[in-house]
Amino acid sequence: MGQLAEPLPSTVSDEQQKQDNTTPIKEATTSEKIQLHIDEVTLKFPTSTGTDFTALDKVSMEVRENEFAVIVGPSGCGKSSLLYLTAGLNSPTDGEIKVAGKVVDGPSAERGMVFQGYTLFPWLSVSENIEFGLKQKKMPAPERKKIVQKYLKEVGLENFADRNPKQLSGGMKQRVAIARSLANDPEILLMDEPFGALDSQTRMQMQQLLLQVWEHSKKTVVFVTHDIDEAIMLGDRVFVMGARPGRIQKVLDVNIPHPRTLDMVMEPDFISLKREILSLLHDDLSEMH
Amino acid sequence: MSSKQVSFKQLTSPQEELPKKVVLGAGTLSWIVLLSSWFLLSASDLVPTMFLPSPMDVLSTGVRLAENGTLFEHMWASIQVVLIGFIVSSMLSIPLGMLMGSFKIVQAVLEPLVNFIRYLPVTSFVPLFILWIGIGIEQRVTVIFFGVFFQQLVMISDVSRGVSKDLLHAAYTLGTSRSKVVTQVIAPASLPGILDTLRVTIGWAWTYLVVAELVAATSGLGYISLKAMRGFQVDVIFLAIVIIGLLGLLTDQFFRVLRARLSAWAN
Repeated sequence: MGQLAEPLPSTVSDEQQKQDNTTPIKEATTSEKIQLHIDEVTLKFPTSTGTDFTALDKVSMEVRENEFAVIVGPSGCGKSSLLYLTAGLNSPTDGEIKVAGKVVDGPSAERGMVFQGYTLFPWLSVSENIEFGLKQKKMPAPERKKIVQKYLKEVGLENFADRNPKQLSGGMKQRVAIARSLANDPEILLMDEPFGALDSQTRMQMQQLLLQVWEHSKKTVVFVTHDIDEAIMLGDRVFVMGARPGRIQKVLDVNIPHPRTLDMVMEPDFISLKREILSLLHDDLSEMH
Repeated sequence: MSSKQVSFKQLTSPQEELPKKVVLGAGTLSWIVLLSSWFLLSASDLVPTMFLPSPMDVLSTGVRLAENGTLFEHMWASIQVVLIGFIVSSMLSIPLGMLMGSFKIVQAVLEPLVNFIRYLPVTSFVPLFILWIGIGIEQRVTVIFFGVFFQQLVMISDVSRGVSKDLLHAAYTLGTSRSKVVTQVIAPASLPGILDTLRVTIGWAWTYLVVAELVAATSGLGYISLKAMRGFQVDVIFLAIVIIGLLGLLTDQFFRVLRARLSAWAN
């Protein structure tokens, strides 16, 4: 207790400057506008012993518009909880979350989410799943069809439009889930270990696909994972969390240019980042014991 | 047959699939055993025909009663009672059960009461129903309703409660409101389970039929059984039992097909 997250860069321009020195590419991809603002968010659960369990302790972080932010941390550090709070599926005990300047006070189509488990509606076909959010908005059918087509193509499932979710592989299911969220054109896309249940080959393919989709859509993404390779492969910045209580230990820039490819895992930049994240997570673990 | 021998190991391994031929064969065998033991027992002198009619007797009684029309009259009376009771019960238990499974407050209000009532024996209420409702079809329908409704309510609320919360979360983040989540997610997700519940409970409705018709009825399969007992017409009792069984099987298959059609995604 008491140890707070390392303070975030006090101003965006500081951060921007730092990046300018290393990778000029970055500037073109991220704007300065803050899309997600998490301000001293605390989440406590009552326990059977009577004392509250602190899942998140005064967590603050900012994610810029169009940025791909990755939260990495050990299991039980509250990273998924933080994402559920951002989605509005749960309320913080204390603190505030703003997305695109508006305070989050419940779930909305503006904050799309891809879940760890498979959450396609099994009674709907692939295209009907993608259409689901558009129907909620009461968008006219011809427009809906156009958007569904666009995202089917984006995730490479044009030939599976009429299939049932049950007939799809795990990777395909998550591709539909991504398309379903993006079809709604949300202000931010939240991803809760979406590839956690996939085998490592499929997982790598999905990471590449997600990066492609992200580069086309330029959405602000917050991606939660416990896989360090995945975090570096995908993220513009990696927020490293610690457990008990859940807090952000450090924010690291990933200064590896896009497009990122699979062989990057062997490069020195990648490996040194990986080493740093590993030691942060390791120190956090050994403090606990 | 020779190349596809089923081994002893296959037959005795838990959850091991068997060829369709074997499954069908085993099912047919048990029918053959049942019918032939009935046939043999009635043909022998072990049991007097007064207590056990032969299958042929039952069949010819069936033909005789079908020809003079009384069989269909009683069948129709029973079908009406079962279907009205079952449909009214289902129409109430499906929405109420879904509310009970979706909203903890509805569950908190209804569950203690329902769990008490559903263990009360239906038969003990028959005299009360006669006093309150009389001896018309309404009374018989009430017996069916009472026998089925509370069980359906509990089973359907369990089905709705079992809908994955992840699906609700996904719907919320796609812009579905809290009230629409019930109709757009919980209802379609519960459909296969609801149809399973209906399939099981229509069987119970048929079993309550005789209870409903044994007392204070003037028509129906239960009524002719009672009348036949007084006249020692065992063949008629057997006939009534067989027909109730067949009608039950028919409604069971109806719901099986309906489930396969309406919720193919869950198969």
